[in-house]
Amino acid sequence: MSPTTAVNLNEKEYLLPGNRLCPGCAVTLAYRHILKALDGQAIVTVPASCLTVLHGMYPTTSVTVPCVNTPFASTAASAAGLVAGLRALGRRGLTVVAVAGDGGTHDIGIQALSGAAERQEDFIYICYDNEGYMNTGNQRSGSTPLGAVSGTTPVIGKRQHQKDIVAIMEAHGLPYVATANASYPLDLYDKVKKAMSISGTRFIHVYTPCPPGWGFPFSDTIKIGETAVQTGWNVLFEIENGAFHLTAGSQAVARKGHLRPVNEFLSLQARFGHLDGKNIQELQRWVTARWQHLIERAQMTQGSKLPATARTMPPKCAEQP
Amino acid sequence: MLDGNAAAAEAAKLCRVQVIAAYPITPQSPVTEILSEFVEKGDLNAEYVTVESEHSALAVCCSASMVGARTFTASSSHGLAYMHEMLHWVAGTRLPVVLACVNRAIGAPWNVLNDQQDSISQRDTGWIQIYARNNQEILDSVVQAYKIAEMVYLPVMVCYDGYVLSHTEMPVDTPSQAVVDRFLPPYKPHTVLDPGNPKNYNLVTLANPRVNAEGVLCHGYMELRYLLQEALQNSAQAIASVGAEFRELFGRDYTGLLWQDRLGEAEVAIVAMGSLAMEARVAADSLRRSGLKVGVLGLRVFRPFPKSEVAQAVGHCRLVMVFDRDISYGSEGAISLEIKSALYRRRAAPVVRNFIVGLGGRDVKAREMTEAVTKSLASLKKGTPDSGHPEWICEI
Amino acid sequence: MGTSDCGHICGESSPGVGEAGRTGEWRTSRPVVDNRKCTPARKGVPMCFLCWLYCPEAVIAKTVPPRVDMEYCKGCGICAEVCPSHAIDMVEEAGFVP
Repeated sequence: MSPTTAVNLNEKEYLLPGNRLCPGCAVTLAYRHILKALDGQAIVTVPASCLTVLHGMYPTTSVTVPCVNTPFASTAASAAGLVAGLRALGRRGLTVVAVAGDGGTHDIGIQALSGAAERQEDFIYICYDNEGYMNTGNQRSGSTPLGAVSGTTPVIGKRQHQKDIVAIMEAHGLPYVATANASYPLDLYDKVKKAMSISGTRFIHVYTPCPPGWGFPFSDTIKIGETAVQTGWNVLFEIENGAFHLTAGSQAVARKGHLRPVNEFLSLQARFGHLDGKNIQELQRWVTARWQHLIERAQMTQGSKLPATARTMPPKCAEQP
Repeated sequence: MLDGNAAAAEAAKLCRVQVIAAYPITPQSPVTEILSEFVEKGDLNAEYVTVESEHSALAVCCSASMVGARTFTASSSHGLAYMHEMLHWVAGTRLPVVLACVNRAIGAPWNVLNDQQDSISQRDTGWIQIYARNNQEILDSVVQAYKIAEMVYLPVMVCYDGYVLSHTEMPVDTPSQAVVDRFLPPYKPHTVLDPGNPKNYNLVTLANPRVNAEGVLCHGYMELRYLLQEALQNSAQAIASVGAEFRELFGRDYTGLLWQDRLGEAEVAIVAMGSLAMEARVAADSLRRSGLKVGVLGLRVFRPFPKSEVAQAVGHCRLVMVFDRDISYGSEGAISLEIKSALYRRRAAPVVRNFIVGLGGRDVKAREMTEAVTKSLASLKKGTPDSGHPEWICEI
Repeated sequence: MGTSDCGHICGESSPGVGEAGRTGEWRTSRPVVDNRKCTPARKGVPMCFLCWLYCPEAVIAKTVPPRVDMEYCKGCGICAEVCPSHAIDMVEEAGFVP
């Protein structure tokens, strides 16, 4: 099957122009391609989040896909209800897709998500991660990184590392767990398409940089997302029935053999503007350790497809400022 | 012979519910178990979602109902409290979800026994509330609930006392599936979840109405909420007409929103709700034997509150004794507040005395009710002023 | 006029372009495509289309050459950043006649 390219990608849009989200928003971009992949044969359910704002205000919506808005904690339960209702009525051929932010996934929504995943409910759950409660003005979430300044960590910055939601979801034994990034829309599109062909609970984590929340110019969104991948801050992979594969930009990084220093990512964003050397060192250590671990997992599946350098050479670490 | 939980479950089965999502909680758990057995044995063709919390239970019913499925859930006490925001959400979306509430006290501290604080606490959410006096009424009310709910697009809560009814077996006439099928047509949803005609439900609204893409001025939040209240007010008619239809097919009369026992010539009215209304009749009989003209008002429908029917039924009495198995803390019993509101415009309104009884499963005996009546009459005679606060009957 | 023409009993929204109004009014600079540099424009065939791919708003048409819908373009500048031929410039909005 030929790879998806910008040229052969379907032109049909399910996102109408003139929506309410910020210029340069990675959520808008990601959602645009998620909907393309779903290609109309879906019902979406969405909690309170930036996506609710994208969807618009009653009585007009900026998407042409049926959608159920649901209270913050209940996204996965709402999705389970759609699945049950469709099955009870014998309506086949529709994919139920829950799309929630990191707040609605890692924090308030985790109970319903874990319950639904344990029951292996047949829907796709997509978490778009802008590392904070951005819809309400950037308060810290379980996904906010160590050291990041936010509305509720305004002076000292967050004192804990972010929660590894992908590992948590993998622990539920799901048939498909993947990470994606708005800066790699074709990879995201392909992953949603693949997820659509699999039954059971499928989880996709989409990295979506936030210009106002993170403090960078909105023209730089794609660059920020790419830098996240090149520094190992965000790793692109998929786990299909336990088999781990690096994809897209992360595959390229693995082939290159080393990560760019994490400070090249941090220094682009005002939310990390006050980080001291200790924090940066800790973040580098954490990113490097995770990358090592993921590379080992990739080797177990991909083995010789990775260059020798990826297996033996440790990633380049940031110098202390 | 069925206990209250079995009656509720049997009714849900007869109504051919299509999606069930319920989380166990004492004393409701047997409902979840009986229904899951029906489903696993193939007696009921439904999707049973074994949710991980009550909040999720109602979220499942909400979206399943939006797809067009007939849904059922049940809870009590803390479980009902846990789904509080979803109760608002379901009513605001005008979905005909039916919920069986097995009335149980709310903590703190923990108490698993009966009072009505749980469902009373949810009276503002926009749900129709029907209270059953016995297990026959539980079954009959659930069956009628679907017909009412799907006519007026409002969710219905059928409430019955924990342990007193839920775990007590009584003779219950179980109708045949064929008769229920004749009574209850399939559900016609007002919500459309169809990629061919995509709609987006429950987006943010503003204070004022907004024009849509076709140039129509659409409702604002306040208009939609007005429609909810209007629907509740008007649902009294639907409840009565469904009750009349039920009588035709099943032989039991539910046309009244109240149960009235010899109120016509009564000087004293005893008001109670749920199983307590049966105990009240024992108290009334005892008082009548001593020559007092006592009637009983059993509240069946608590929401929409039947103000004019109540005023009609007890407005002529000298004394109305309201026994609340609940209290709106800082004020008085919720039923008492409603009764007083209903009697507000009566020229010569009766004296209303409020008694808080039976909280946390404390047994309420007919004798205590008769003593309360006698004492109240005595103090009325003496002209003792009302304290303005409810009296509590805590006798063991 | 009132809302009596509205038949909704719950918050049911229908799709519409420009839900947030003319979002073109948000921008302070607009993308201008130089067809001498733009690869599909130069070659006259469908190719590249990275601007179309990366536009969050879906306001770039996948035509030869690509066309930006100025009614709704928010002027984020992503297209200018991702164009491999540097064919798109972000030009100050003030210089354009409304």
